[in-house]
Amino acid sequence: MVFHALSDPTRRRIVEQLGSGQASVSKLAAPLPMSMPAVVQHLQVLEASGLVESHKVGRVRTCRLVVKRLDTVQDWIDQRRAAWERRLDRLGDYLATETTKKEK
Amino acid sequence: MSSVVHDSFSIERSYPVAADKVFAAWATIDAKSQWFGNEEGLEAVGEQTLDFRVGGREHFGAKAEGKLYEFDATYCDIVDNERIVWTYDMHMDGRRISVSLATVEVRPVAGGTTLVLTEQGAFLDGLDTNEARADGTRQFLDALGGYLGA
Repeated sequence: MVFHALSDPTRRRIVEQLGSGQASVSKLAAPLPMSMPAVVQHLQVLEASGLVESHKVGRVRTCRLVVKRLDTVQDWIDQRRAAWERRLDRLGDYLATETTKKEK
Repeated sequence: MSSVVHDSFSIERSYPVAADKVFAAWATIDAKSQWFGNEEGLEAVGEQTLDFRVGGREHFGAKAEGKLYEFDATYCDIVDNERIVWTYDMHMDGRRISVSLATVEVRPVAGGTTLVLTEQGAFLDGLDTNEARADGTRQFLDALGGYLGA
């Protein structure tokens, strides 16, 4: 879910802005070249992923970044997936070497 | 306080060799240790072991950046030249940091073999104390954007 949430450039921009502090939905929407319902839809994806939380006071909905979620995901993606990517590349190198050996 | 995050990912690779050759690279310690474990930046600790049969165990330990990582797996399902399913846990300096279910599927395709590795994991609180946190979100998002080709 988090991976999907961050796969979109608009949502990454929103997360980046929330990285410098909490913000209202209208403040988040202001620099974005799209309609308010579109922004709200992006925020819903971010909330569903657990990356963003929001609360409403009166008519203003304020969003904040759940930094801990981002840290955990960063570790997950960086360490585990990257490790497997490297290993599977090395497996490819190994298979290529084995094939060359057999041909000789 | 304890915490857990669940996540999963898949990685696909194609190799220009037959499926049985790809499968064999996972099935013996001689072959597997050629590409799994002895990576740059890793200093092996103890013996790397592999008992490749259903119920068999695998162990690998290594030091990286001053931390001791231990990988312990149990093979749950093996279909020769087609599929391997195993569970494994990872310890960092003695703390359990994840428990995962991993699957490798090997399929013959024109000109070679496609391998799909899927990992589903429970990511445990050990990492909450990881010192080496990237600072701020910008750096992370830039890297992720690059990674995803965005």
